Amino acid sequence: MKCSTCQGKAAIEIRRHNAAFCGPCFLGHLERQIQRAIESERMLAPAERVLVAVSGGKDSLCLWEVLRRLGYETTGLHLDLGIDGYSPEGRKKTEAYAEAHELPLQVIEVKQETGFTIPELGERTRRPPCSGCGLSKRYLMNRATLAGGFPVLATGHNLDDVAAILFGNVLHWQTEQLSRMTPVRPATHAKLAKTVKPLIRVTEREAVAYCLLRGVDYHEDECPNAAGATLLLYKDVINQIEAVSPGSKQAFYQEFVKKVQPHLAAGETVTLRECDVCGQVTTGEVCAYCRMMERARQTTVRRGRVTRTVLEVPPA
Amino acid sequence: MKVLIRRPRREVELPGRRRVREVLKELQINPETVIVVRGETLLTSDDVVGEEERIEVIPAISGGAQ
Ligand code: SF4
Ligand SMILES: [Zn+2]
Ligand SMILES: [Zn+2]
Repeated sequence: MKCSTCQGKAAIEIRRHNAAFCGPCFLGHLERQIQRAIESERMLAPAERVLVAVSGGKDSLCLWEVLRRLGYETTGLHLDLGIDGYSPEGRKKTEAYAEAHELPLQVIEVKQETGFTIPELGERTRRPPCSGCGLSKRYLMNRATLAGGFPVLATGHNLDDVAAILFGNVLHWQTEQLSRMTPVRPATHAKLAKTVKPLIRVTEREAVAYCLLRGVDYHEDECPNAAGATLLLYKDVINQIEAVSPGSKQAFYQEFVKKVQPHLAAGETVTLRECDVCGQVTTGEVCAYCRMMERARQTTVRRGRVTRTVLEVPPA
Repeated sequence: MKVLIRRPRREVELPGRRRVREVLKELQINPETVIVVRGETLLTSDDVVGEEERIEVIPAISGGAQ
C-alpha cells in the first residue's frame, strides 16, 4: 500500500478518508485534522492558555502532544483516582511526559480532596465506581479550570468515545444528554468552565498510531472497572458497522451535531445557579457532587461491610 | 509466525506466510480496533508477514464509562 501524499510505503490506512499514509505524512495529517476541528468549532484562540485533562492514556497524551506542537500554552491536569493496580502507572506516565517536555502539571488526588478513593466512593454510595468517578472528574476539573484562571479545559474524548456515548443516549432517548453533546460546551455561567474536545475527528486507532510514531509513552492498561462497561459494547457494534461501511462512525456523530442537536438544544431551558454547599454550578439547590459526598460521609464501613448510619432527626 | 496479542496477553502461532488482513481475519479481530506492528514498524492490511516473523497486535479501544 502506498502513501496517498508522497507515494512512499504506507504505515496506516484510513478507510473512511479513502487514504493511506506513511509515518511522517500521517503525523501531519492527524495534526491538521485536530487543528481544523479547533478552528471550525472555535475551540481555542491561537496560542491560547489551555488546561489539558491528562490520564496518561493514549488519547490524552496524544492531545497534549498535538496541542503543544501546535503552539498552545498548555498545562496538564491529572486526577489520581486511587485505583489500585491502575492509577499509579497512569500518573507516572503523565508526570514523565510533563517532565520530558518541561510542561506544567497539576495533580489532584481524589483521596486527598474527598477523603475517599474512587473505589471507596463507589462502595460507600453503593453505586458503580464509574458513576462517582465521572461525577468527581467533571466537578474537580471544572473547579480546577476556574481556580487556575484558564479560559478553557480540553479533554481527550475521541471519535469512538463520542460516537459510543451518542449511540447509548439514542438507544435510551436521553434527550437532555443528547442536547448537550457538542464538541464545545460554552461557559454559560460564571462558575462553569468552557470545555472542548479537539480529538472528535480522531479515532482511537489513530491516537495509538500517533503515539507510537511520535514515541509518546502512554499507559496501555485499562481501568479494571471498564471491563464489561456498556460503552465497550457500543464501540464494538459501531466498529463492526465501520468495518463494512467506512465513514459511518464519523457521519453518525457529525451529522447528529449538525442536524439534530440544535433542535434538541432549542427545547431545553436550564437555569444554572450556585450550590448552597460549595458554591459551584448546579441546577438544584445542592449540586450532585455535594449530595454524593454527603451520602458517602454518612456511611460507615464495618468489618468490610457497608452500613448506612441513620441520622437522628430531632422532633420539631 | 508468532502473533503477540495483548489484553489478555497471549502468543499465537500461525503456519505459513500471510497478509496482515488474513492474520486478523483468522484471529477474528476487527481491523478497525487495532494497530499491527513488526518491531517498530506499523503494518498495513496488505503487508505480508513471513513464516519466521513475529508481529504484535496493539489494542486501540478503551472503555471507561466517562
Ligand atoms: S472505567 Fe470507570 S472508574 Fe475507571 S477511570 Fe473510567 S470512569 Fe473511572
Ligand atoms: Zn507520505
Ligand atoms: Zn456543591
